[in-house]
Amino acid sequence: MDRRKYLKTLAVGTVGVAAAAGLIESCKPEEKKSEVTNAPTIDRTPDELKNDHQLQTEKFFDEHEMATLAVLADIIIPKDETSGSATDAKVPDFIEFIVKDMPHHQTPMRGGLKWLDLQCVHQYNNAFVDCPRAQQIELIDQIAYPEKAKPEMQPGVAFFNLMRDLTATGFFTSQIGIDDLGYVGNRPNQWDGVPQEVLTQYGLKYDQKTLDECVKFDN
Amino acid sequence: MPFQIKKNPKTYDVVIVGSGAGGGMAAHTLAQAGLKILLLEAGPMYDPAKNVMQLKWPWESPRRGASTKFRHFGDFDAAYGGWELEGEPYTHKNNTKFDWFRSRMLGGRTNHWGRISLRFGPKDFKRKSIDGLGDDWPIGYDDVAPYYDKVDKLIGVFGSKENLPNDPDSIFLPPPKPRLHELFIKEAGTALNIPVIPSRLSILTKPINKDRGACFFCSQCNRGCTVYGDFSSSSVLVNPALKTGNVDLVTNAMAREVLTDSEGKPTGVSYVSKDDMQEYTVTGKVIVLAASACESARLLLNSKSSKHPNGLANASNIAGKYLHDSTGAGMGGILPKLVGRKRYNEDGVGGMHVYTPWWLDNKKLDFARGYHIEYYGGMGMPGYGFGFGIQGTNGKYPGRDGKQKEAGGYGASLKDDYRYFYGAHFGMDGRGEAIAREDNYCEIDPNTVDKYGIPVLRFHYKWSDHEVKQAKHMKDTFREIIHKMGGVVTWGDNDGPENEYGLQAPGRIIHEVGTTRMGNDPKKSVLNKFNQAHECKNLFVMDGGPFVSQADKNPTWTILALAMRASEYLIDEMKKQNL
Repeated sequence: MDRRKYLKTLAVGTVGVAAAAGLIESCKPEEKKSEVTNAPTIDRTPDELKNDHQLQTEKFFDEHEMATLAVLADIIIPKDETSGSATDAKVPDFIEFIVKDMPHHQTPMRGGLKWLDLQCVHQYNNAFVDCPRAQQIELIDQIAYPEKAKPEMQPGVAFFNLMRDLTATGFFTSQIGIDDLGYVGNRPNQWDGVPQEVLTQYGLKYDQKTLDECVKFDN
Repeated sequence: MPFQIKKNPKTYDVVIVGSGAGGGMAAHTLAQAGLKILLLEAGPMYDPAKNVMQLKWPWESPRRGASTKFRHFGDFDAAYGGWELEGEPYTHKNNTKFDWFRSRMLGGRTNHWGRISLRFGPKDFKRKSIDGLGDDWPIGYDDVAPYYDKVDKLIGVFGSKENLPNDPDSIFLPPPKPRLHELFIKEAGTALNIPVIPSRLSILTKPINKDRGACFFCSQCNRGCTVYGDFSSSSVLVNPALKTGNVDLVTNAMAREVLTDSEGKPTGVSYVSKDDMQEYTVTGKVIVLAASACESARLLLNSKSSKHPNGLANASNIAGKYLHDSTGAGMGGILPKLVGRKRYNEDGVGGMHVYTPWWLDNKKLDFARGYHIEYYGGMGMPGYGFGFGIQGTNGKYPGRDGKQKEAGGYGASLKDDYRYFYGAHFGMDGRGEAIAREDNYCEIDPNTVDKYGIPVLRFHYKWSDHEVKQAKHMKDTFREIIHKMGGVVTWGDNDGPENEYGLQAPGRIIHEVGTTRMGNDPKKSVLNKFNQAHECKNLFVMDGGPFVSQADKNPTWTILALAMRASEYLIDEMKKQNL
C-alpha cells in the first residue's frame, strides 16, 4: 500500500492510532512497508490495540523451538501440487502469536517440544531438528496415529494432536490456505440458491412454494 | 480534585437509559414525536459503517477470529464485551449458575444477535391458562399485533407466509433460497413430520428505504453491516433518532441510580462518566429504563429512598424475580454425501435460511413448553478452530480414493483430508421456553460493588424438570433428524441426566427476561400493561424485563413492539398531562 492510499485509509478510520504512530516513526521505505503490514485493518478498541501490541512485542518460543515448529508444521502440511507449505503460509508465526494470546496452549506446546527432543535423543542421540529426515518421520509415525500409538507415546500423541490442530488452523486461515480450500465467498453477491448442476448431482430441486416465495433478482 | 456532582442544567422530557433494542426504539418513537430526549449509553459510540469488520479475511486478525476477553463472540464480532467484564463482577447465591452477557456500546446486544425476528403467538401470552404454570400476560396477541406490523415495516424482516396458529406471519420481505445442507434438513424434517420452513430474520433481502442498503449475502451480520442491510439499534433506530435533532446522546455513561424527589417521584438519573470518572446528574420529566432486563432491575433495586426503601417501584418485592433465559442444547454431525463437494459461494445471509418452529402439543409430552430449532453448516469462511480434531473424522470415512485411512496422520494425504471434509459438517440448536419462576432471580449483593462503586447483582437460578426434559427431547429430535439425513453425529450425543442432557447454563442463550414483569395486580408485578411502573407514573421499563413469559421465540421483536407501544402510550399520556 503506498503512503497516500494508506493515509486515505487512515482518514476513513479503518486503521488504528498505534499504527499511525508507527508510520510516523519509520522513514526508510522498507520499514514503512512492514509497519503498514502490521497495522490493524479491522475495528479495534483502544484496549484491543494495546493488548495486541503488547502480545506482538513479547516473545514466547526461543530459536530452537521455532526451528522445531517450522519442521513439524511442514511435515504436517507440506507443499503439494495445489499450494505451498505451512511455513510458506507463516504458520510458525501464527503459533507463536496464538500461544501468547491463549496461555493455556503454552505448557502443552513447550512441554511437547521438550518431550519430542528427549525422545529423539533417546532413540537417535540428536534433537529432533538435527535428526535426518528419515528419523524425524520415524518418530512422527509413532505419535501421529492416536488409535495405534503405543501407550508410552501418549504424551507425544497429545502434543501432535495439538500441533496438527494449530498448524491446520494457521494454514487454512491464511491466504494460501483459503485459496487452496476453494472458499469463494466473503464478497458481495446475489444468493440465488444452490447451482443447478449441484442440485442435479444430488437429485434435488426447489419445490414450487420455495421458488414462488424466495427472493428473485433482476439480472 | 474535590468530589463534586455535575448537574446538567437542561430538563429533558424523557431520559432513556440504554440504547439497545428497547432504548433505541423508545428514542426513535419519542424523538419523532418531538419530545426532547437524553439517551444514556454505558459504552462507547459505535457505527457499523465506521467500525468495519465486514468483508475482512481471517488473516487480518492475528488470532484468526478467535474469541478474546474483549469480544467473547470472536475477534471479528461487532459486539464488545461478553459474560465477564473487567471491573464489573456479579455473584451467585447457593452455588447456582447464571451467566450474564453484557455488551456496553451503542446498540448494545443488537450488534451481535442472530437477527432472528419471531412474533409471539396468541398462546404465548396466555400460558397459565393453558398449562397452569407461571402467569398470563395482562395483554394478548391482538394488543401487540399492530405494533409487530409497524416494527416489520420500519425495520424489515424476511420470511414466508405459513398461517401457523402460534407463529404469526409478519409483513415479510422474500426469504433467501435454502442452502444445500438445508435442503437435506428439510427433506429429513418433512419425512419425520417436523416442519422446516424459511427462517425469519431482520435482514433486507430488498431495500425498504433510502437510508439502508439491501443485503449482499456475505453472511456476516454478526460483524455489523456497513450498508445497514440488517437490524442493529445503532444504524436503524438511534441514527435516525439523532437526525431529528431532538436527542442528546451521552456515551460512556454508566447509570448509577434513578433520582427521586421527597415524594418519591422519579426526577432524573445519576451516572458516572467512564471518560473522566466524574459524577453527573440529569433531569427528566419521564424516565425510561432500557438497560437490559437485569441491569434495569439492578437500577431499580439500587435506587432506594425513604419512599422506596425496597428499591424504586418495588413495594411488591417483585423486581429482579421471575428471571428466565431460553433453554439451549445442540448437536452436530457430518453428512458423508457432502464430502468432496463442489465449491461455490454459499455464504447467503448472516444465519440460517430455514428453521423449525415448535410443532408438537405439550399435552402429549412430559414437559410444559416448546422450542424452535436453528440450523447451520456448509462452506463457511475458515476461522480459528478450522480443522481441529481431524483425527476424529478422517479415520471414520473412506477417503477420496475409496480407502479407509488410519485416524490422524500428517503430510500431503492429511492436507487433502481437510479439503475433502470441508463443507460436510452441520449442526442444530434448540432454543426453548423456560418457565418463569419467582425463585429464579437477581438481587443486590450487599457485599460487592463494581469499579464504579455500584452494588452488583447476585443471581439465583435453577432449571426445573420441565427444562431438563425439554433438553432431552431436543437431543432425541436432533439425533432423529441427523440419522434421517444420512448423517453421522460427531458431537453432542454423550449427554444424560448427569449433565441435564446438555442443557446450557442459564444466561448462555442471552435471552434473559422477566425481571420487571408487567401485570394487572400491583402486588404481583412491577409494571402495568403499558410498561409503566405501578408506583410511579413517570417511570417506564422498555427492555426484556417486562416479559411475563418468554415463549419459544427470540425476544427482540417483542421488545421492539412493546417499546413502541409503550412509547406511544407515553406520548399520549404526556399530551393529557397525566405524567
